[in-house]
Amino acid sequence: MAVQTPTRATAGAPTRSARPETGQPWKERWAGLFFVAPFLVLFAVFLLWPTFSGLWNSFFNTSLSGIKGEFLGLQNWREMFNDPAVWSSLRNTLVFTAMSTPPLVVIALVMALLANRKGLLGWLLRFSYFAPFVLPATVVSLIWVWIYQPGFGLVNGLLTAGGFAEIDWLNTENRAMLAVVITTVWWTVGFNFLLYLAALQGIPAQVYEAAAIDGANGRQQLFRITLPLLSRTTGLIVVLQLVASLMIFDQIYLMTDGGPNYATRPIVQYIYQNGFTNYRIGYASAISYLFFVIIVIISVLQFKLFSGRKEARG
Amino acid sequence: MPPPLPRRRAVLGGALLGALALTGCGTFSSRPKVREWNLFGGGDGARLLQIHQQYVAEHPDVAFEAHTLAWGPPFYTKLAMSAAGGRAPEVATLHLSRLKGFSPTTMLDPIPTDLLEAAGIRESDFLPETWNRCVVDGKLYAVPLDQHPFVLYYNTEICQKAGLLGADGKIKPVKGVDAFLEMLTAVKETTGKFAASVETTNPWRMWWTLYGQLEGKFFSDDGSRLELDDAKALEALQLMAKLAADGLVPRSANYPALVAQFTNGDAGLSFNGEWEVTTYQTAKMPFSMAPFPVVYDVPKFAGDAHTFVLPRQSNRNQDDTKATVEYIAWMLKHSAAWAAGGHIPSYQPVVSSQEYLSLKPQAEYRSVAPDVLFDPDAWFSGSGAQLQEEAGAAFSGVFSGQATPQAALAQFKAATQTLLDTPSPV
Repeated sequence: MAVQTPTRATAGAPTRSARPETGQPWKERWAGLFFVAPFLVLFAVFLLWPTFSGLWNSFFNTSLSGIKGEFLGLQNWREMFNDPAVWSSLRNTLVFTAMSTPPLVVIALVMALLANRKGLLGWLLRFSYFAPFVLPATVVSLIWVWIYQPGFGLVNGLLTAGGFAEIDWLNTENRAMLAVVITTVWWTVGFNFLLYLAALQGIPAQVYEAAAIDGANGRQQLFRITLPLLSRTTGLIVVLQLVASLMIFDQIYLMTDGGPNYATRPIVQYIYQNGFTNYRIGYASAISYLFFVIIVIISVLQFKLFSGRKEARG
Repeated sequence: MPPPLPRRRAVLGGALLGALALTGCGTFSSRPKVREWNLFGGGDGARLLQIHQQYVAEHPDVAFEAHTLAWGPPFYTKLAMSAAGGRAPEVATLHLSRLKGFSPTTMLDPIPTDLLEAAGIRESDFLPETWNRCVVDGKLYAVPLDQHPFVLYYNTEICQKAGLLGADGKIKPVKGVDAFLEMLTAVKETTGKFAASVETTNPWRMWWTLYGQLEGKFFSDDGSRLELDDAKALEALQLMAKLAADGLVPRSANYPALVAQFTNGDAGLSFNGEWEVTTYQTAKMPFSMAPFPVVYDVPKFAGDAHTFVLPRQSNRNQDDTKATVEYIAWMLKHSAAWAAGGHIPSYQPVVSSQEYLSLKPQAEYRSVAPDVLFDPDAWFSGSGAQLQEEAGAAFSGVFSGQATPQAALAQFKAATQTLLDTPSPV
């Protein structure tokens, strides 16, 4: 070792000094690939391959049971466009998104404004607003199923104590979705709240100081300074929230199982039922692709709106 | 300064050696292994754990592992995927009604009957109709463990006050719609709330029992056409609607609510499968059980059977299979302990044993075993399968009052027809 070490050092020295002229040695160029390889492999195996095999499967009657699938051409796609359950579950997903996104953004903002203060109260508010977010979907669903229970649930207990009639939240067709939305807001608003809080704390104090010197009151400061400076964060939150709401599955599957009478069944659950409960991977793939296209369209529209506003401001 | 390359290699080498040592622990075991997947999450699951403890204590030579997965679609999804990949556990539970829909030829391995006989289990130990359902294309794919019918639970204190108990302290059997309604009305007057707790969000078992008692048909004999008898189907649905409208059963209750309402005395009766015995015994409430009343013409009770199956493995090991079959035989012979959780054993030597007959209230409804009505025979039918889901969606509205029996029936028939028109994926 003692002999080899200096040899290597002297051999290595010219290579290093020569690097700028000859470009990177192959070893180092490959090193870069090695560093991204773990991600690339996972990306290819768990994202690229399933994406293309899903498209491929949508033209076959592939079955989970291992029976050889036959080529169907566009039959799955035709079946999908004529299947009322596809459209009703897609509508449920869109209704959930439309109902859940506004409160999840607005309430998060209000909570962030309230919690953006120093001292014990600020700490307590921050903690209690974010706490539900760390719970798993199963726990949240269990808690809320009991809260909504007619007869002995908390919500109906409050309603009857206030002189109102009981509502069978999870088993009434036009109430169940609202119940799931309330649960979802309670559970996930903490994440958006955190993003808003971080953005709020990023606004320099001297901006407010200058405004105060110019005689701006709290209201004016809120609408003229805080909200405009938060608009980029709002754009980000709306995009993230739309995508998250479109993927709704967990809470609904656990709380209502898509009921009553499929009034809350989202498209993801219908895909799951076809693909896994009924083994029809081919048909489930076709519906997945329809949903994939819709998400892409919504995301592109969102991105256009968002970047357009940024340009207008800049 | 030490050179960097050798050190990195040493670290890598060390990591590899460590990984080898870790995997080695798992593979170099000479004991045959039996991994079991089941779906018993209720009171019956607690019994299963006790029985498995005894099995493990008596079989130190077997590497035994049991896993309980969530009932219904989650369980069957995982089992199907493990079998489709050929890396399934050695043995799993399966509802007999799901056997044909589970694609036995591709997702299950046939049970080696020679090994089963060597372990002391014969065809003559079972009711013929149960055994015959386990055979597909001439091969045995399942070994029945139990039968589990829809039964009547009753709170003995409440029913005593309502004057429904006989001199022997058991509930007096009722027959016919009028007597059934009289009994429920008497209980409702005693509890001041409901007569019976039912799972309105999943009313398949209730409807299938009533429809079966009217001797209604479901499919044509070759299974290709829906031949539902509208008049009978409606009669059963109208009775369910009446029970809810008269406040005899709740308009809305999911499974946990069904259990809670019977436990806290809001309901003096409960219509459910027999698997909640342990739950109510643990609650230390006064209760007993009886066959569900014969409300209509013939005694029929919706039910199913749990069986053991060998999910498909691409590299099946002879020693493991032998140990697995012996495990199945051991479980059958010890099914009196299993019966304590509510289920009626399939293995007839246990059914006639004193140990089982002395179980109260578990032996009170054993007479219904031959009248257990299995779900219709189709790939989308069976416990937790799509047909029950469609029935739940359509029929829960009959209880809640959001759908008329006519509308619910029309919806259910349309959904069933759609499933029937879908080419079978198995």
